[in-house]
Amino acid sequence: MAPISYYLVLAIIMFFIGILGVLIRRNALIVFMSLELMFNAANLVFVAFSRQYQALNGQISVFFVMTVAAAEVAIGLALMVTIFRTKHSIDVDQMNNLKG
Amino acid sequence: MGISSGNITPILSILPEILLLILALVVLGLDLGLKKFSPALIGWVTVVGLIFSAIGGVMISGHQSGGLYIWGGMLRQDAAASVFQVIFITGAALTAFFALEDSKCVSAEFYFLLLISTLGMCLLAASSDLIMIYLSLELASIPLYILAGFHYRETSSVEAGLKYMLYGAVASTIMVFGFTFLYGFSGTTQLYAINAAIQTGQIPPMVTTMAVMLILAGVGYKISAVPFHFWAPDVYEGAPTVVAGFISTASKAAGFAVLLRLALTILPVLSPYSPYLLAAMAVASMLVGNLLAINQKNFKRLLAYSSIAQAGYILVGVAASNNLGAAGVTYYLMAYLVTNLTAFALAQVIGQANSNDDISSLAGLTQRSPVLAFSLLVSLLSLGGIPPFAGFVGKLLVFSAGVQAGMAWLVIVAVLNSVLSLYYYLKVLKIAFLDHPRETPLIKIETNSWRIAFIVCLAGILILGVIILPWYGWSITAASSLALY
Repeated sequence: MAPISYYLVLAIIMFFIGILGVLIRRNALIVFMSLELMFNAANLVFVAFSRQYQALNGQISVFFVMTVAAAEVAIGLALMVTIFRTKHSIDVDQMNNLKG
Repeated sequence: MGISSGNITPILSILPEILLLILALVVLGLDLGLKKFSPALIGWVTVVGLIFSAIGGVMISGHQSGGLYIWGGMLRQDAAASVFQVIFITGAALTAFFALEDSKCVSAEFYFLLLISTLGMCLLAASSDLIMIYLSLELASIPLYILAGFHYRETSSVEAGLKYMLYGAVASTIMVFGFTFLYGFSGTTQLYAINAAIQTGQIPPMVTTMAVMLILAGVGYKISAVPFHFWAPDVYEGAPTVVAGFISTASKAAGFAVLLRLALTILPVLSPYSPYLLAAMAVASMLVGNLLAINQKNFKRLLAYSSIAQAGYILVGVAASNNLGAAGVTYYLMAYLVTNLTAFALAQVIGQANSNDDISSLAGLTQRSPVLAFSLLVSLLSLGGIPPFAGFVGKLLVFSAGVQAGMAWLVIVAVLNSVLSLYYYLKVLKIAFLDHPRETPLIKIETNSWRIAFIVCLAGILILGVIILPWYGWSITAASSLALY
């Protein structure tokens, strides 16, 4: 049985890869993929601690986080499709109608 | 596990939420049958239903003194939750009325999403469990992403929606990551149980401070505090003006409701630095908001930066983390709700008449519509904190809480910032009152609902600014119920 610190380190690495992806990548779809990575890092920590404490509430939280993530992505994709119709691009740098 | 009082059942204590859910379904159902006759009817049904659920909220709040844990400790129905629920429902009702003036927003989907978002906020104010906080925060946010992009034929509105959603998703992920560590330290997700668990544990304060910072990122986004404010100007400018008004008042109040609960329960236990983190956020928000507001050309962007600065003033009360601070925050949010909704309602009708939101097109508002010009004066002076308007009392309370908590330096910064903010509020008023109008299309208001909501807002600004005691008593009751275990 691997000690919990292994899981935590892996989760923190995943989380930072996700953050870097959100900050660096310009394609909105890739940004969403990076977001999923961050969500899953959080899920991994929940599950790891849940096993540590031999309690179920962490595992149940994971279900909720996954569901919400799916809902969020659904809205995001809908907005992206709408924006693609007028701009023919989902590059976040080109979303510059609003600035000042 | 807590103080249970009276014999109200769990069902009865979430009466406002249940009424909101039923109302949302009724609105969707009515759309099937009534759409052809009168789309405005749906708006009126929404408002009447919201009034009923607010009455429900007030009724159940009279039944309890301390906190009552319901639904397995997921929710904690206390006076603070009830007061905030009434604030959100009032905001939603006013927004529903204002929305009837915007023909592109009059549809059942709009009111359905507005109601579901309000439902999320009401649950958020009562949440006492990490899972519940996360779920209700998302329930409040996700409909707002759609509402921000509701004018889907306009690129700027969709862009606002997508930006709001991207920032929101990142912030909520960071917050969940913080929650996972809280769960890891304590082995429980129940907010009031975490306290006890943490005090016995041996966790290095650096680690817990990290967790606090992650959680503040999620809440800071909701209240648009610096450095999590980047979405605010773009979203306020691009989103339909009624939606921007709702986001800047009710949604911000929801963020503060949960932040207050966290600040009075787990944050001080988790990290000794948390008051300073909150104070730093307050100073940064006030400075960034006020300095960037000065040069804005667009009225809605100006209101966005002003709302970032307002978040800073309110954070002074949160950083104080005492009873008076929590009461001040509650009072400030009530005052801010009516004040900022007035400002956004004005931006809405003036923007529709001019078909742009430039500050320069406010010129000569006195000649085009004296009543609207006078209302602009009232709402901007209230935002600036001038008596006898509501904003003054809110500022007075949060600032005196700051002094009471020994943060005099923070209050001095806040007072200087309020003076700074008067500069750009008065600059707008100067344009509206002294400059000559360049274009003179009449500002027409089509609907009675808009007039009713507008009068309610103006009356609210005056009443909250003059008759202080009943609302102050309400705020104090709410504040003292938060910290009771």
